[in-house]
Amino acid sequence: MNIMTEAAAEAALEKKMNTVPLKMVGKDVSVYYGEKRALFDVNLDVRENTVTALIGPSGCGKSTFLRTLNRMNDTIGGCRITGTITLDGEDIYDPSIDVVELRARVGMVFQKPNPFPKSIYENVAYGPRIHGLARNKADLDVLVEQSLQRAGLWNEVKDRLHESGTGLSGGQQQRLCIARAVAVSPEVILMDEPCSALDPIATAKVEELIYELRSNFTIVIVTHSMQQAARVSQRTAMFHLGNLVEENDTDKMFTNPDDQRTQDYIMGRFG
Amino acid sequence: MNEMIKPASGGLVPTAPTRRDIGIRRRYAAERRFRFYGLAAIAFGLAFLFILLWSVVSKGYTAFQQTEITLPIEFSEKVIDPGNKRATDPNVLVTANYPLLMRNALAEKLGVSATDRPALKQISAMVSDSARVTLRDMVAADPSIIGKTVPVTVLASANVDSAFKGQIDLSVAETNRKVSDQQIGWMNQLAEQGVLAKGFNTGLFVNGNSSRPEAAGLGVALVGSLYLMGIVLVLSLPIGVAASIYLEEFAPKNRLTDLIEVNINNLAAVPSIVYGLLGLAVFINFAALPRSAPLVGGLVLTLMTLPTIIIATRAALRAVPPSIRAAALGLGASQMQTIFHHVLPLAMPGILTGTIIGLAHALGETAPLLLIGMVAFVANVPATPLEPSTALPVQIYMWANEAERAFSERTSGAIMVLLAFLIIMNLGAIMLRRRFERRW
Repeated sequence: MNIMTEAAAEAALEKKMNTVPLKMVGKDVSVYYGEKRALFDVNLDVRENTVTALIGPSGCGKSTFLRTLNRMNDTIGGCRITGTITLDGEDIYDPSIDVVELRARVGMVFQKPNPFPKSIYENVAYGPRIHGLARNKADLDVLVEQSLQRAGLWNEVKDRLHESGTGLSGGQQQRLCIARAVAVSPEVILMDEPCSALDPIATAKVEELIYELRSNFTIVIVTHSMQQAARVSQRTAMFHLGNLVEENDTDKMFTNPDDQRTQDYIMGRFG
Repeated sequence: MNEMIKPASGGLVPTAPTRRDIGIRRRYAAERRFRFYGLAAIAFGLAFLFILLWSVVSKGYTAFQQTEITLPIEFSEKVIDPGNKRATDPNVLVTANYPLLMRNALAEKLGVSATDRPALKQISAMVSDSARVTLRDMVAADPSIIGKTVPVTVLASANVDSAFKGQIDLSVAETNRKVSDQQIGWMNQLAEQGVLAKGFNTGLFVNGNSSRPEAAGLGVALVGSLYLMGIVLVLSLPIGVAASIYLEEFAPKNRLTDLIEVNINNLAAVPSIVYGLLGLAVFINFAALPRSAPLVGGLVLTLMTLPTIIIATRAALRAVPPSIRAAALGLGASQMQTIFHHVLPLAMPGILTGTIIGLAHALGETAPLLLIGMVAFVANVPATPLEPSTALPVQIYMWANEAERAFSERTSGAIMVLLAFLIIMNLGAIMLRRRFERRW
């Protein structure tokens, strides 16, 4: 009886997860850097309003995959991509898609905090300004405040909005970068090891933030920390040597993975 | 004692204690030696810099003062216009014997008889020929001055100037020097009376070139150099920055762009005289632009400065961290927006420094200007960049070729002016760099 209900609950959960609409779908995605092949026919779905964690040892292709989602790989010379990636059913590599518009819909937060060497206000206002999201100064002020609040930074910086963004601490800088990404109201936010340069306290704040942002945004996060993946994500994908090894609900992934390599990696036997 | 205990405490440890001080004294000695070499090299460089500056300044500082004679002069109608024909023939006022006015006034002051011809001749030689122009201009400006006695300041001749500054060796036999004992005596007499004195040499900055050293100035050269710098800045900065941005940010990396890069680096090392030949062939012979004009000089110096600016700008662009580019692109900025909103402002200090160093280089450039005819004798300040002109370094070159003692003083003075401009420009570069300090 007990076992039955547990199984039923699990099935229900799985069903629930499976009914979450797909935001981005990668199909047979392969990436080549010149002659070198970095990704091998990866099929990975990103679900709406879900945090998807990409894990795996260094050089496994998880960052490469992340960067294909907003075509940041376009800026690397000699990079070639095959397969299709769709955003709401549209192929983002279709020639009719404008890459500038795509990146406004799929924002990105980088490994190292990289605020512009401008004021905190200007950092957040830059995106809305170039995309024409605010009609006047008052609108822009509101948008900046909202974005900083969403990034949990407002209370810390509201009195010094016009001081340089590079003068903040590392954790504050990273939250500023998140506020900057949030300000253009993207649908998806990509995060490339956003906490790797932060201390544990700043990391905790950013993780908390990611957890909250989930209700409004679809988030894909690359991380080296198993605990972080377990804490913030609902879905986890494990990469190894350019292949997608396993994609599963995070709970299942960390308790009872389907693939032996995932088990080994999580247990710290390699990587 | 130690050796007795050690083996007992650990079996695997070698019996002799590990020596870590092998060669340590030699290492320190090598370091001291190297520091000494470095200091010696710096001292060597400083010594030569000091010698250079000392030789220039010690010879040149007197050029900023000029000996002047101030005394009342009677604009006698008998001398200027004996026939009283100036109403019908204005040429009379131009050709009048003005030096005579000066001579008579000086002779009177010194108590020399109007019939003592050899003495009068010596008196004439004490006043600069430029006095003729000074007096003529006064009469031309106000003809009613004729018949009146007015105090006038004129330049002393170059020889008296040199003698008054103590640059003429009086122990040399009188026949072997350019000022006679008689003239020296008069000079001292006039100086005691306050008629002859040293004043600040404004003529050095205002006058055009002259064959009389006391009247020669850098006015034309300064204006010419200013035109040159203006043209070089206006042309080479936008062209150089545009070329660098395209090459660095947009151009595909292929054989053609590699070739262009190699060529730019090579052009930066091409001797400047070759650019002069190019300017002569293209701008003067082919495009038929006027010779000796700052416009042509500016074009030639632009070509010469461009590689320097392009190399400096590309280095500055490359030094902007890729994370800034990624941040802007990741927000959906176009490549153009990324460059103009983020990359270029951060690269600005480097670009400006490179530009100013390129300009300073161009300011001191002589060889290409010689070939396009900017080495001419120009007495009138050019009103436009199409009129003949010279430039500071060319003027120095020309004066250095002159034989008179007074020209050598002016050569050093002109070098000091040029060095002052270079120092100002380099200070400007440093200040701009501080102002736009890298802030990431």
